[in-house]
Amino acid sequence: MPTVSMTVNGQPAAGEVEGRTLLVEFLREHLRLTGTHVGCDTSQCGACVVHVNGKSVKSCTMLAAQADGAEVTTIEGLATNGELHPMQAAFKEHHGLQCGFCTPGMVMSAVDLLNTNANPSEREIREWLEGNICRCTGYNNIVKAIQAAAGQTGG
Amino acid sequence: MTEGTGIGARVRRTEDNRFLTGKGRYTDDINRIGQAYACFLRSPHAHAKIDGIDTGAAKNAPGVIAVLTGDDVAADGLGGIPCGFSPTGTQAPQNAPPRPALVQGKACFVGDLVAMVIADNLNQAKDAVELIQVDYQELPANVDPAKATDPSTPRIHEAAENNLVAEWGIGDKEAADQAFAQAHHVTKLDLINNRQIPNAMEPRCSIGEHDEANESYTLYTTSQNPHVTRLLLAAFVMQIPEHKLRVVSPDVGGGFGSKIPHYPEEALVTWSAKKVGRPVKWTADRSESFLSDTHGRDHVTRAELALDENGKFLALRVHTAASLGAYLSTFGALSTTYLYGTVLSGPYVIPAIHCGVTIVFTNTAPIDAERGAGRPEATYLVERLVENAAREMGIDRADIRRRNFIPADAFPYQTPVVLAYDSGNYDPILDMALKSADYAGFEARSADAKSRGKLRGIGFSTYIEACGIAPSNVAGAIGAGIGLYESAEIRFAVTGAVSVHTGSHSHGQGHETTFAQIVVDRLGVPFDNVEIVHGDTARVQWGHGTYGSRSLAVGGSAIAVACDKAIAKGKKVAAHLLEASAADIEFKDGNFTVSGTDKSKSFGEIIGAAMVPHNFPLDEMEPGLDQRAFYDPKNFTFPAGCHICEVEIDPDTGRVAVVNWTAVDDFGKIVNPMIVEGQIHGGIAHGIGQALLENCVYDPETGQLVTGSYMDYCMPRADDLPNFNLGFTETLCPHNPLGVKGCGEAGAIAAPPALINAVTDAIGVDIDMPATPEKVWRALQSRAQAAE
Amino acid sequence: MYNFNYHRAGSVEEAVQLLSGASEGTLMGGGMTLIPVLKQRLANPSDVVDIGGISALSGVSEDGGKVVVGATTTHAAVASDATVQAKIPALAVLAESIGDAQVRNRGTIGGSIANNDPAADYPAALVGLGATIRTNTREIAADDFFTGLFETALGDNEIITAVAFPVPDKAGYAKFPNPASRYAVVGVMASQGPAGTRVAVTGAGPCVFRAADMEAALSSNFSAEALSGISVSADDLNSDIHASAEYRAHLVGVMARRAVAAAG
Ligand SMILES: Cc1cc2nc3c(=O)[nH]c(=O)nc-3n(C[C@H](O)[C@H](O)[C@H](O)COP(=O)(O)OP(=O)(O)OC[C@H]3O[C@@H](n4cnc5c(N)ncnc54)[C@H](O)[C@@H]3O)c2cc1C
Ligand code: FES
Ligand code: FES
Repeated sequence: MPTVSMTVNGQPAAGEVEGRTLLVEFLREHLRLTGTHVGCDTSQCGACVVHVNGKSVKSCTMLAAQADGAEVTTIEGLATNGELHPMQAAFKEHHGLQCGFCTPGMVMSAVDLLNTNANPSEREIREWLEGNICRCTGYNNIVKAIQAAAGQTGG
Repeated sequence: MTEGTGIGARVRRTEDNRFLTGKGRYTDDINRIGQAYACFLRSPHAHAKIDGIDTGAAKNAPGVIAVLTGDDVAADGLGGIPCGFSPTGTQAPQNAPPRPALVQGKACFVGDLVAMVIADNLNQAKDAVELIQVDYQELPANVDPAKATDPSTPRIHEAAENNLVAEWGIGDKEAADQAFAQAHHVTKLDLINNRQIPNAMEPRCSIGEHDEANESYTLYTTSQNPHVTRLLLAAFVMQIPEHKLRVVSPDVGGGFGSKIPHYPEEALVTWSAKKVGRPVKWTADRSESFLSDTHGRDHVTRAELALDENGKFLALRVHTAASLGAYLSTFGALSTTYLYGTVLSGPYVIPAIHCGVTIVFTNTAPIDAERGAGRPEATYLVERLVENAAREMGIDRADIRRRNFIPADAFPYQTPVVLAYDSGNYDPILDMALKSADYAGFEARSADAKSRGKLRGIGFSTYIEACGIAPSNVAGAIGAGIGLYESAEIRFAVTGAVSVHTGSHSHGQGHETTFAQIVVDRLGVPFDNVEIVHGDTARVQWGHGTYGSRSLAVGGSAIAVACDKAIAKGKKVAAHLLEASAADIEFKDGNFTVSGTDKSKSFGEIIGAAMVPHNFPLDEMEPGLDQRAFYDPKNFTFPAGCHICEVEIDPDTGRVAVVNWTAVDDFGKIVNPMIVEGQIHGGIAHGIGQALLENCVYDPETGQLVTGSYMDYCMPRADDLPNFNLGFTETLCPHNPLGVKGCGEAGAIAAPPALINAVTDAIGVDIDMPATPEKVWRALQSRAQAAE
Repeated sequence: MYNFNYHRAGSVEEAVQLLSGASEGTLMGGGMTLIPVLKQRLANPSDVVDIGGISALSGVSEDGGKVVVGATTTHAAVASDATVQAKIPALAVLAESIGDAQVRNRGTIGGSIANNDPAADYPAALVGLGATIRTNTREIAADDFFTGLFETALGDNEIITAVAFPVPDKAGYAKFPNPASRYAVVGVMASQGPAGTRVAVTGAGPCVFRAADMEAALSSNFSAEALSGISVSADDLNSDIHASAEYRAHLVGVMARRAVAAAG
């Protein structure tokens, strides 16, 4: 079986995988990083979003082999020294999560949004979240949290 | 805003830190040593006789440990998956055909479980499933509740003639007919309450494990009510004592009703774990969830409202054909009978009501509770009738409601459909909503929309909900197999730590935070000292779980009662320590004080004295302070509210945009406003989903599920929704110790009629849910043609 | 998913070699279509050849007055590319309308057009702008490339390397997304320029097509008004639970007018 190696949350990670092993399987089953979730099998829900080389991607629609040599960041790697990332803190402050299942993907997607567009409008935030489905929150407070993380007043 | 961490404070959630850092522990995150993986072969046909299953090739495939079929289930004497509800008020006892965990000779819906493969890894299990040969003899299928009882429709179960579960009725038919005969105006509506798929974002997952040494089992499963699952699985399916089965439901990623039922997959992983001598894990693909999670709604209804010349309601008549799918699920007909018919009075005085429901089997996934469960269906038809009646009679939609509201001084109010509302005050809700939505300014907004080529509409929904289910004697009287009290246990550690073990289950509701707030408020202990334990039958004495917006009203009340018992005992301990009489001890803000003095002990000191009883009245009392409560509610609770929706429609495409949403709700006392707001947001989004986007479609000919993935089943997304504008009024629930009412389902109940009323206001014709672009466009075309 | 051998190709030549050496080889660009198909076990290739890492195939350049988009350029890169935004803003708008942010971060133009999903957006851009598809062996006009439902003119082991777009004088794209999948129920690209007057429709039929009557009307008067009263026939259009053929035919008219209006 081929070996893949990559940097995950700043740490080297390697393992033997099949060609068909998905990045999300590698993360959850080989590395036991179970913060990245699987909510669908049609690449639409976004529960699995992680960053690969700084860009948000759906780890259920990427082979582990495709990430060979890449820098991967998962939800577990966002906080530094026990301090929540500002996006995580904003989700908590504004109650942007309920059951928490969509949350890791939602937060990783939102972080990429602000990396791409530091000051998005409400419309732009809502459109960016097209690939992230949440059944619990009605998105109201997720949008608020992202606005707050972007430093927008009233967020 | 209330400061601190007690009742009324916007305490940030305890559970968030783990969820936000990827440290949540959902069932699929659990891996047991030596676990094997299960994959199911599901029927590709909606209705088929099975003449034989050849598992030979699958058994010999790499990694395969076992291939099991209905024959194995029968050989081991495994009981069928039980239904825990048999409605009273029916013409004859309901038909409840057996549901074996794996089908025996016949598959009754697409997704029905035909065989189970267990292998070393998941891919091997999936590969082997493809090697099973099944000899199906396809039979004609029916997916339409309205056609189920036609003599020409094929019968699904031998035991259910005409595919009938039961004919159920409520109310006084004669009185209603009489009122209709004398009515000044009758508003009629034929409507479909569209079938929904609850779609909690976490797919179902179950891991079964067998402990040979103790002859006992453990099931890790995505359940809203692990104790109920334990009861059903142990007593009815496995036929083992309940203490031989532990059920753990750790973090659960949403339920919305679909994780109430006990499912065959849970029974199969548990049973097979012993057979193969290894833990067995199964995780649903989303495609399997679509096929096999319980669905909701699916009503075909004719409803009529009789009014006098002043627009006062005289009577309501309803007949519904309601599907329960191919088999009875755990709560079976509950959502189509008592949770439906009993709320048809809404917030109104309606002197006579009659509702009949023809409950049927169809070749579809079983139907059970989905967020609201019966109350959305009832509210939808009442609120649409009310708004149509207002339009037809030229009465303002707010006025017609006001004329018919139950007056504030009429509570407690007995409706003609069993329920007695304990409290409510509806006018202030409507007033606040009208103001907050700027109802007066609607005409101007409508004119502005017109100048932009858009059609603007406004719609209301004034609902009541009967939740906090339910008094156990009522549960028994209507046909439930269980009581519906809730239990709480409060345990104290020497150092002052407080553990609260609750039978409610949190899968997004934030109980670890709100329940701790109750304890802080009651006992005056620091928030961080309180731990909420739930979701494990080995750690929690007993519980009925979370659904029907009951956790706070029933589970929270149980906690309050347990706290009060601890205070009562604490007073005696304090009296001893302070050398006073217990009658002179006052408890306030966490301190026991001898009244009129400054002699006092903190709750923490009393815990210490009780747990290390060196100075303790041991001849009068047992040491320790732990308490347990079983709280049975005296009545349902009756939240109410008014939701106002504004839409703008693009007449060229028929696309509906929800542009404004105002919700004013009365939930009684609110423990954590932040969490309550979140529940309302989610509920409204769910309701908007049903009204605008979500539709579960089975092919009428083949019975195939057409909307079997997110490619076709349209979930509401961020860009489909507006911000929600919320307001609250407060009338306390008079019969529970917290004055609380429950809020989890309200949005899903209130939203659909408000939205459809807004659409029909904009386009001037009736339309069924979901108001898809093509449907709206066609409605506009037909109106234009009619005008020509 | 069935198992397969995974290869990362360093060059187009290596990719061709790997494909011809495989019993049943398939290319992978961004994998945004291929992986979902594999997950559903609808395909069973022996070898998957990943061309996503070939840097020569990625990026946007200008070449003889044309905007050339490399085959593995992602939708996100096209949407945010300064040249595309300056020369063919409608193309940036179209790329931005594809899927969601994560799909756009990985999905590629080459994969999209090779797949030729009837509801995909790019086919409308290529036909509506009169683009040329460059492969490792030849150049193919967009009009000849999309041959039917999920069918293209590509031969065995033929690899798309780039798409060259002539710069239009005016172009606009309007899309009516499927509310669930967000693919195009109907998408129309309308343009005028060196490739003539073009109206290309995706989503409505089994394959992208040009609306001749609309093109004729627009060639003398490129305005939304010129399209009023012109409709396409519902015969042969797609019909599903989201939109009947009749509704799609109607939407073609609406989207065409909006595309023209957007072209300014
Ligand atoms: C959730 C979701 C939403 C989407 N929404 C949309 C949408 O709204 N509109 C839309 O247009 N698309 C949509 N897509 C599809 C998306 O645009 C894909 O990226 C695209 O169709 C395929 O590109 P890819 O690079 O990922 O191709 P791959 O999946 O890698 O490959 C697809 C096919 O093309 C072949 N191929 C790839 N590259 C080449 C090449 N250079 N030469 C020859 N053959 C090649 C492969 O062999 C394969 O058969 C969506 C996808 C998802 C998952
Ligand atoms: S798991 Fe749903 S998009 Fe990846
Ligand atoms: S918080 Fe439950 S799905 Fe988003």
